[in-house]
Amino acid sequence: MLAKALRGSKGYGQWVALLVALFGIGFMYYLAQLQQGLTVTGMSRDVSWGLYIAQFTFLVGVAASAVMVVLPYYLHNVKSFGRITIFGEFLAVAAVTMCLLFIIVDLGKPTRLFNVLLYPTPNSILFWDMVVLNGYLLLNILIGWNVLEAERKGVVPPKWVKTLIYVSIPWAVSIHTVTAFLYAGLPGKHLWMTAILAARFLASAFAAGPALLIILCLVMKRISKFDAGEEAIGKLASIVTYAMAVSVFFVGLELFTAFYSQVPGHMYSLQYLFVGLYGQGNLVPFMWTFTLLAIIALVLLLNPKTRTNERTLTIACVAVFVSLWIEKGLGLVIAGFVPNAFKKVVEYVPTLPEVLITLGIWAIGGLILTVLYKIAVSVKEETAR
Amino acid sequence: MQRRSFIKIGGFCALGLGALPVARVFAGSNQTKYAANPEALPGKQWAMVVDMQKCWEEGEPDCTDCILACHQTHNVPDIGSVKEEIKWVWTEPFENTFPEQKHAYLAESVKGKPVLVFCNHCANPSCVRVCPTKATYKRSDGIIMMDYHRCIGCRYCMAACPFGARSFNFRDPRPFIKEVNGAFPTREKGVVEKCNLCEERLAAGLVPACVEACKHNALVFGDLDDPESAVRKVLRARYTIQRKPDLGTKPKIYYIVS
Repeated sequence: MLAKALRGSKGYGQWVALLVALFGIGFMYYLAQLQQGLTVTGMSRDVSWGLYIAQFTFLVGVAASAVMVVLPYYLHNVKSFGRITIFGEFLAVAAVTMCLLFIIVDLGKPTRLFNVLLYPTPNSILFWDMVVLNGYLLLNILIGWNVLEAERKGVVPPKWVKTLIYVSIPWAVSIHTVTAFLYAGLPGKHLWMTAILAARFLASAFAAGPALLIILCLVMKRISKFDAGEEAIGKLASIVTYAMAVSVFFVGLELFTAFYSQVPGHMYSLQYLFVGLYGQGNLVPFMWTFTLLAIIALVLLLNPKTRTNERTLTIACVAVFVSLWIEKGLGLVIAGFVPNAFKKVVEYVPTLPEVLITLGIWAIGGLILTVLYKIAVSVKEETAR
Repeated sequence: MQRRSFIKIGGFCALGLGALPVARVFAGSNQTKYAANPEALPGKQWAMVVDMQKCWEEGEPDCTDCILACHQTHNVPDIGSVKEEIKWVWTEPFENTFPEQKHAYLAESVKGKPVLVFCNHCANPSCVRVCPTKATYKRSDGIIMMDYHRCIGCRYCMAACPFGARSFNFRDPRPFIKEVNGAFPTREKGVVEKCNLCEERLAAGLVPACVEACKHNALVFGDLDDPESAVRKVLRARYTIQRKPDLGTKPKIYYIVS
């Protein structure tokens, strides 16, 4: 089936070439980072995680695209999702691969990566994150590939695939929960130490993943013969609406707890995010962009007219995706380190190499997604004939 | 040879290969290959009392003897940038060291005064809990150690430490060490480091370098488990405070500030 990814239109070739070029640039900068160390990034003694870990955290959420189509289809017999489960799974494959790459580029000693396996440490949440992320990647590759192959041959997928599909549903919940636990269990990090963090991760994941899936389906409708169908898109849009509303509600809960109780430790990071702390506030414009985009998204999604209109739905989905990228990626991870252990504000600004390495990994993700989607669309076009 | 007997013999051979590790687990001794230095200081839970009152009252205002001694002993580089700073022991203003003690009418005796800060060698360390490779671990004498050869540089411990005690080698530190002490290893880029309570000196029967360097004996070192130790005596006699005790990490560094 891989051969199907090698043939395509001129536009397809140009798109792939662009992604390969971006990956190449990122890779060159990564080589420089390997040589010089993480000094090429904007990270510091005080803000010791930056753009890389922020992308990782956000992309775990995008991987939820799979479960949000698989669960309704296999557990609730939502027939209209039958055509798009494969795209949800392949999006998860690309997203989880990016997650793993973002962790690797963030390591100070990537050559020692396998120490995590050589000295397994069950009391470390990072160990469990490695287990659940790799497991989820493997599950989605196996499920997606086998289901697609069966579709091509016009047969029913083997029985064991169904078992894996059922396993993949709670497994999807585990990747968000464990990733949230990375943050939620650290003493002294008030922004992160909140019991609803895992719930927040799940809510924002169930919004961001399906939102991207809707965008991708609408793009495919334009450039290929594959149409996900109005019903499937409509159902996905409902999922995004609920999840986005819950997600914003959860952020509101955090604001209430902090500012009604007036406990300084709980307020500092949130103040830094929304109004700045001690006169410093690099993230303030981002957080107000998040707020604005979240409001736009909710208005467009809650209104049935704009939710069913393809154009406004696309705008809503882009707004959901970007706003959650800011909130969960940038804001949550970076502001967790502000103020530092000595109640001082040390700001973080990513450097150009850091941004280009990040873009490079997004390009790899895009490449994986493009190739897998090309194969899936080709198979679907073939079987439709 | 029949296939059946081949498999049998093969099975026995495989069993034999597995026997050695099993024998090691059950029949091995707990004794280490190398005997400890008989001079080594014995301790079950090392701790320190930092008498800042003495430091402020008796010490010269710009005295950095303890910091210099530590950083020279342990090849701590002077990177020259706040962003990538590496420090094992340093000072922070009173208000930043004890934020929960800060209020608008602080006594002049503590207001803005520098307080010595370093790893608290917590009895319930969050950094050890999160490390995915056991590169940072707690020894039986309470010292929180770093294995520079195992650390993968994920910096999870830095996020988990509520005391800001850990530094990361963002670049190769060696060019930034003025005078290399050959008796202590230098580090590579990409690993985390911090105060080791001079475990290498304790093993040779010496007290920590900072304790030795202080002309006014403002740093008291000893075993918390021993009621007659120097630290226990000071703790009995003086009112001491700790950094962020409410976080439950059980720090083992105590401060006298008044």
